[in-house]
Amino acid sequence: MSLNTSHSPQFLAKLRQQMLGFAILQLGCTASAEDAVQEAMLSAHVHAASFKGQSAYKTWVFAILKHKMIDQMRSKQRHPQSSVNVDATEFEPEQLFDGSGHWTAAHAPMRWPNPEGELENEDFWQIFELCLTHLPAQHARVFMMREMLELESIEICAELGLSVSNLNVLMYRARLRLRECLESKWLKQEDCAC
Amino acid sequence: MLSCFEATLLLSQRQDRPLKLNEKAQLTLHLSMCSKCRNFSQQMRLLSGLAKQYRNQDNPSQEDEQQ
Repeated sequence: MSLNTSHSPQFLAKLRQQMLGFAILQLGCTASAEDAVQEAMLSAHVHAASFKGQSAYKTWVFAILKHKMIDQMRSKQRHPQSSVNVDATEFEPEQLFDGSGHWTAAHAPMRWPNPEGELENEDFWQIFELCLTHLPAQHARVFMMREMLELESIEICAELGLSVSNLNVLMYRARLRLRECLESKWLKQEDCAC
Repeated sequence: MLSCFEATLLLSQRQDRPLKLNEKAQLTLHLSMCSKCRNFSQQMRLLSGLAKQYRNQDNPSQEDEQQ
């Protein structure tokens, strides 16, 4: 199979620079940052041909980079629970439902007015990208593997070493969070913690 | 009778695997009575479509090549 990536060397060089800046800022160490960026770009390259859009590919590479950085931070730390945890802001689905499992008033899904018409709108896609970028790295990665690369669940589980039930939970949380974020920022035009 | 929490779990999994007959039946019953989960159901399908549009958009070099 030939790997015909649609991304120009200039785009990739610029992307690498942005990633490096981000990783150095987060890790505080140029050597570790370079390692993480290198690993992320290699890992992302495997599916590069599937992403026609540059924004989508960038979001994908950054999701992998964040994930690599969390791994690095954890491996350096003797006590993983005290390490910087990018996933710490994750909301639990329980907040969305009351004790009997029904939607709470604040989080009940609204009816979205004619979404098709909004899709020509550049603002909408900026919000979509923002919401996707703000997902915890692991959530963004599985969501993109499933919904953009269109991999089957078993393929994703094999590639990431997850059980099917782990994957179901990650996909569920990714979708809930993305839905909530779009509704808050796009329909209600308010800030949310998502 | 499914709770909304259980119904949304199935609605997410429906995007990833075919539901079993009894899961479909329970879901249909819940959706017939719950407009919030009906909204959620439509939005799960929409998210999947949006993801594909996002994947494909915004690459000037490809727009010319593809008819």
